[in-house]
Formats: sequence, structure tokens, C-alpha cells
Amino acid sequence: MSLKKVHDKQPENFSFNEDSLRKADEILKRYPTENKKSAVMPLLYLAQRQNENWIPLAAMKYIANYLSMPYISVYEVATFYTMYNLAPVGKHFIQVCTTTPCLIRGADKIVKLCKEKISPNENEISKNGTCSWIEVECLGACVSAPMMQVNEDYYEDLNEKDTLKILDSLMKDKPLKPGSFRGRKNTSPEKIQSDGEKHA
Amino acid sequence: MEKNMLKKDNRIFKNLYNELGWKIDDALGRDDWKSTKDIISKGREWIINEVKTSELRGRGGAGFSTGLKWSFAPKEVGSRPHYLVINADESEPGTCKDRDILRFEPQKLLEGCLIAGYTVNAHVCYIYIRGEYLNEGKRLQEAINQAYEKKFLGKNACGSGWDFDIHIHYGAGAYICGEETALLESIEGNKGQPRLKPPFPALVGLYGCPTIVNNVETIAVVPTILRRGGKWFASIGKPKNTGTKIFCISGNVNSPCNVEEEMGIPLKDLIEKHAGGVVGGWENLQAVIPGGSSMPLLSKKICDTITMDFDTLIENKSGLGTAGIVVINKQQDIVACMARIARFYKHESCGQCTPCREGAGWMWRILDRVAQRKATFKDIDLLSDVTKQIEGHTICAFGEGSAWPVQGLLRHFRKEIESRCREEPLIKKRVNNPYLVDQHLLENKNA
Repeated sequence: MSLKKVHDKQPENFSFNEDSLRKADEILKRYPTENKKSAVMPLLYLAQRQNENWIPLAAMKYIANYLSMPYISVYEVATFYTMYNLAPVGKHFIQVCTTTPCLIRGADKIVKLCKEKISPNENEISKNGTCSWIEVECLGACVSAPMMQVNEDYYEDLNEKDTLKILDSLMKDKPLKPGSFRGRKNTSPEKIQSDGEKHA
Repeated sequence: MEKNMLKKDNRIFKNLYNELGWKIDDALGRDDWKSTKDIISKGREWIINEVKTSELRGRGGAGFSTGLKWSFAPKEVGSRPHYLVINADESEPGTCKDRDILRFEPQKLLEGCLIAGYTVNAHVCYIYIRGEYLNEGKRLQEAINQAYEKKFLGKNACGSGWDFDIHIHYGAGAYICGEETALLESIEGNKGQPRLKPPFPALVGLYGCPTIVNNVETIAVVPTILRRGGKWFASIGKPKNTGTKIFCISGNVNSPCNVEEEMGIPLKDLIEKHAGGVVGGWENLQAVIPGGSSMPLLSKKICDTITMDFDTLIENKSGLGTAGIVVINKQQDIVACMARIARFYKHESCGQCTPCREGAGWMWRILDRVAQRKATFKDIDLLSDVTKQIEGHTICAFGEGSAWPVQGLLRHFRKEIESRCREEPLIKKRVNNPYLVDQHLLENKNA
């Protein structure tokens, strides 16, 4: 189980804005009316997106009310799943995969660069206020290792030089284009392969 | 043509690398949604029989017969509706095949959903995608919208007379939600903690209703099987281990990749012909994790000759799992690699069962100690015992998933581990603590 710390400075109130309310309505339609509790995960995402990528306790109370479920049930869900941020993160939130397939291709070097360039510790916002980083478990792009996720995008096939470029671009708030940094086509093998028939 | 190489014509996922385009019109050109209506009109029994003939086994890890699973759904719909749930919570370290299906072959999945949904009497399907795959989820939603526009989904889907809707539900970074009952809990809006089985989801699943849960790859191959016939699929690979499979080859290889191949292909062929060989040559190979991190690793000697299918790997005390192959060469510290996997399980345990919650962390701490040459010989037996106490004593298979890789390490690299251990403990003073605790921790400042 992951340990999560709730932020010490919490806003008093939270409510969905118009856009979120409209989306929440759409989300509720996906589930049977008697099971609207199912919407708790998508609604937490909505709250997170509306509130600069983190969820305050007031938002959990608001969602509990919105779905007529106990506050503690929302709190349980928000603390169980790692992707709900319960404290502020950088505008560019960098998640470095360090599980074995990435580790053996040099993920520790990327972590080192994050420590040097962004902040010495995980979950610590950089001095210029634009970035923060954490180590995460397998992000499911193992054949493109090592890799990292910045907000929604995957940066794959990294080396130290490219990682430095990416981190610099994020610190300057001008992110580079995500994808493979060895210029390969998705998850295809890099050398030109013959297709079976042509093999000796 | 060489034996054991998949013929181009037999490839199911022709757009695995997005060379041909993912949009619905491109997909139609690759025969997706071709004669779907006719397939459905042949009836449920025909579909289940054809899938049984194909001997398709679930691609999510357990390798259970798909036709058999579908036949468990009640034949008649009672007072409760039926559901189809697709498991796209791909989180097993070493595995990234479903991601490519979601991105580049979404119509195969959607067509499979309709056919499977009809077969198990479900009008609603939820696709549970891991939260990190947000871009893949957006892509899939676009594909769903395109399918609705063509009237392949929705009321009277594809002219079959069957109403069918598909919704996406995102996870939020919990590995355990790949376990089918934890996944159902998660859709219901709870913490992802697995349920006791029985009752099995086929009878009591989502919202207490009959539910069939299948992996993305399993469902995505079904339309092609039904179009080309179960016998065609069964003719590829080996008996009981039939068809094609997407293998993900990562780690210390020259060109890591995803590739669709025949079941039962020799591991060495897979690594040398598709992934450009082991970094430093085949002789530089130390070990291979054959099916995602939950499966025990294989020593080089086994890797020389083994074929990649469910039954052969079980005979070698491992498993095909998700077919996520992690290649580890001799430059890597094998104990540190496995300690990192143990840390993964410690982080991802849902905390419901004591042996798993406590044991996963315990295994990690001992392995970490071994990696740092701080462990004693007694620790090795203790480690072995902990794995045995977890295995089989938890609600779900996560317990086995965390214990097996450590057992594999002990089986194949015991000498390596022993060479790093010492006779006497580093910390000799014993604290007289009445509880069963890790002595080592009491002395550590950060414990």
C-alpha cells in the first residue's frame, strides 16, 4: 500500500464549475441509476483536473454529497489509488518509472537527473514552481524503457542526454513533443526485420 | 520458410505498429467488422463452440479456456442484467501489449466486445483502462464514437438486432485492479480489494449480476477466429496452446519490441530474430522473466531450449502469464533486480490479507539486505519460508504473484545469494521484543 499525505493547507470550500458539472452529468449516465457510487472515481478525476491537479478534502466532501455516499468512502477511494494527488504537484508532474524493466535500462539515471534538475526530493515543487517529480511503479511501456510520464504524455526510449533536454524544456514551461526519443515507430523492432519468409 | 515463424497471412494484429492507420475506415480495409452480422446470426452456441474449437486461452495471465468461461454465463437472463467487462488494466511489469491494441487496433476490440456481449447476453460493456493510459483511453473513445456513427454499436448494433453499449472506466494506478474481482469493486466505486471466490463473477459479478471479465487481447482475437474458423486458429502453435500471441520483449536486448508470433515459439528465436539478440550476445544472458514479473525467472540453461507456451513453461516451474519477457544479462545484479520487483509488490499489495500485506514488505527487506551483503545464511531460509507462507494463503493470486518470483530466484540463484550472505549478523545485539518483528529494522534509524 502506498502512503499518502494529505496536504496541510486545505481550502475551505470546493464545488464543481459549470464545465465539471456538465461532465459529471455525462459520467453519471454511464452507470445504472441505483449505482451512481460507481462515478466516484471519474468524479475525483474531474475534481483533480479542476483544482490544478490535486484533490482537497473539501472536494471529497462535495463529491460524497453529490453521490449521496459517506465522506469516508470517498476518502478511502481517494487515498487507495495512487493517481489521486492529495497535495499540490507541479504544473508539469513528472513520473519516472523505476520498476525492473526500466531499472535495468537505466531508470536510476533519470531519477538522478530529476533530483539534480528539479528538486532533491520527490513530491517537492521546483524552485521556479513549474515542476515536481516522483518515482512510480510500472507504467506499462516496458519495451520503450526507460521512460517517464509527464502529466498525460509518455516520453519513451530515453537516455541521459534526451532526459536533460526534456527536463530543461519542462522547467522553461515549453515541453518537448512526447513519444519515442530514438525516433522509432511505436513498439516496432528498430532494425529492419524481414517478415518470416525471407529468413534463411 | 523457417519453422516456428508466423506467416504474414496468419497475423491477426496487422497494425500493431500503426503503419496502416487506426481509424475505422483503415480498420474496415483490414476486414474488421466484416460479416459481423452473419457471425452473430449463427447463434450463441455456434460462437461458443467455435471458440472452444480454437482452444483460445485467456491472454491476461491465467490462461483459462475462453469458450468455457463464456459457457458459465447463465443461458437465460433472469431478473438481473448481464455485463461484459474488459480488463485493460495492463500493469504487470514487462507487459505493454494491450496498450498497442487500444491505440492501433481498437476496432478489433470493439467488434470482439459486441460478439462476446451478444454471446453472454450482455447489453452493456465496461472497458476498464488503467488511469495512466489516458491518451490510449481517449483514442479508444474516438474509436467507439466512430463505431457508433457507423451504427456498429448502440441500438440494433451492426444490424444484429442486439442493443449494445460500451463505456470506458478509468482506473487510478492500482496494480491490484487487474485482478478481476478487484476490478469489479473498482467499477462499483470502492477500493480495489479482491473478493472471495466462489461465487465467481460469471454468476455474481458487477453489481451482483452475472459478469464475464476478459482481457483485451483475448477479446480482440475473437472476431478473426470466428471469421477464419476455430480450426484455423487451432492449427497455429501447439495442441492446447494454440494461436498467435503478442510477446513484449524488454530489458537487455538490442531492439526491444512487441511482436505477434506463434504460441510455442522457442524463446531463443524470439529474442534473437525479433529483438535483435541479448546485449553482449546469447552467452551474456543471465536470466529471463518469461511472463511478466509474477512469473518465476528462468536460468540461461532453460532459456537455451524452452518454447513459449502455457504448458511448457508450467513444466519448467514458471508460466506464460502475460508473455511480457524481461531479458536480464550478466551486467545486471540479479538480486537487486528481484529486490526491485519485491518492492513493486510491497507497494501494490491492497492490504486486505495479512500474509500478503506483511509478507511482501518482508521479502523486499530481506532481498534488499542480500543485495547490500548485509544478510545472514539464516535469512535465506527465512525468505524461503515467508514465500511459502504467503503462497496459497491469500484471497487472490497476488500472493502467488509476489512469492513466485522470489522462489524462482532462490531456485536458480541460490549460490549467488549465498555468496553474498554472512555467518554472523551485522547487528548482534538482540532486542527482547515479544512480537515477531524484523530484528534488523529495530536497529535502523529509518525503520
